Amino acid sequence: MTTEIDRREFMKMLGVGGVIFISSLNGQPGLSLPIRKTQDFFFVQLSDSHWGFEGDKINPDAKGTLIKAVKEVNSLKQKPDFVVFTGDLTQTTDDTNVRKKRMKEFQQIVSELDSKVVRFMPGEHDASLDNGETYKDFFGDTHYTFDHKGVHFIAIDNVSDPTGSIGDAQLEWLKADLAQQKLDANIVVLTHRPLFDLYPQWDWATRDGAKAIDLLMPFQNVTVFYGHIHQENHHMTGHIAHHSAKSLMLPMPPAGSMPKRQPIPWSATEPYKGLGFRNVLSKSKRDEYQLNEYPINAEAKV
Amino acid sequence: MTIGKILLTALAIATCSAPVNGADAPQVIKISAKRFEYTPHEIVLKKGVPTVLQLTTEDRSHGFNIPAMNLRADIVPGNVTELKVTPEKAGDFDFFCDIFCGSGHEGMSGKITVKD
Repeated sequence: MTTEIDRREFMKMLGVGGVIFISSLNGQPGLSLPIRKTQDFFFVQLSDSHWGFEGDKINPDAKGTLIKAVKEVNSLKQKPDFVVFTGDLTQTTDDTNVRKKRMKEFQQIVSELDSKVVRFMPGEHDASLDNGETYKDFFGDTHYTFDHKGVHFIAIDNVSDPTGSIGDAQLEWLKADLAQQKLDANIVVLTHRPLFDLYPQWDWATRDGAKAIDLLMPFQNVTVFYGHIHQENHHMTGHIAHHSAKSLMLPMPPAGSMPKRQPIPWSATEPYKGLGFRNVLSKSKRDEYQLNEYPINAEAKV
Repeated sequence: MTIGKILLTALAIATCSAPVNGADAPQVIKISAKRFEYTPHEIVLKKGVPTVLQLTTEDRSHGFNIPAMNLRADIVPGNVTELKVTPEKAGDFDFFCDIFCGSGHEGMSGKITVKD
């Protein structure tokens, strides 16, 4: 079962300029569940910075937007426990030397983030042309797990295979990892492409994503954060919530709203429209995630 | 070129058609792929007419995906990939590459128009 969430029911405007979206761990907003052995914490999700992209009609500040995002994250009143990039850190290139240069520049820019821990994931632009080899030299493994304050995070790579697949070997790895978790464990999945068929007509899907969802389905508290589609989207597959993030380079239109999958042109009257990042608050006592959406702005302050 | 024919059966609007060689042989449409285009990229088919899409690539692996027809295939260098289709519904159906192939990948697409 898949369900689009009616955002109007859940969104509230904040006085500090962000937009809040509440997502409970079991996908039932507002439902109170027993308190688990978790602690409140923040993390920031940034995505699709496409460093190296050029196109003034789409983003005349292509060399400045990521830098502004870093400054904005650093201006958050509450420091995040960690920052995660969910893929497409760089714009793809056939030239390995250019790819290395872009990844190095990206690394230098995000090293300014005021966060002790910054985690990375590849997108197809980073990894699909060389099966993630260059990416791994700079950022390490393309799939991994870590635990933070009672939440088990699983980073799934669905881009190193250029067919947009997770692959049997990684699915076995996922199965083995989940076998170590209790059914009521708090699980967050980080990935690049949507695991569900959001809009296959625009390649917004993972070819074997349904297999990953099947493995996750027995677990009561699963939330997925991903990128790739360059806009917010909130979707349910059964009790599993999926939240996509905005891009830091070029916004895309809603699925199927235009004949072709093309970036939304830059608006001189509304610069940076559609670009942004999110801050995720894990609220242990209410078993929910509170999502704060922050737009990029010329002042580079939230 | 080594020709290995991969026969895939398209579901939904496609049905198994007559053998390629025979009196009722389906029409054959040859489509060549290369970064970041298909040639031809606009194809007109007639509703109810069995057709074989014969897919090749000039450079690297590409995908050929028409979700609206539940029809897809990998196009691998050195192979001719055949997709059998008998369109049962008139309309425009977009196809695109779903194997990431580089900086123009997102724009690698085409259209099949099925006419009554």
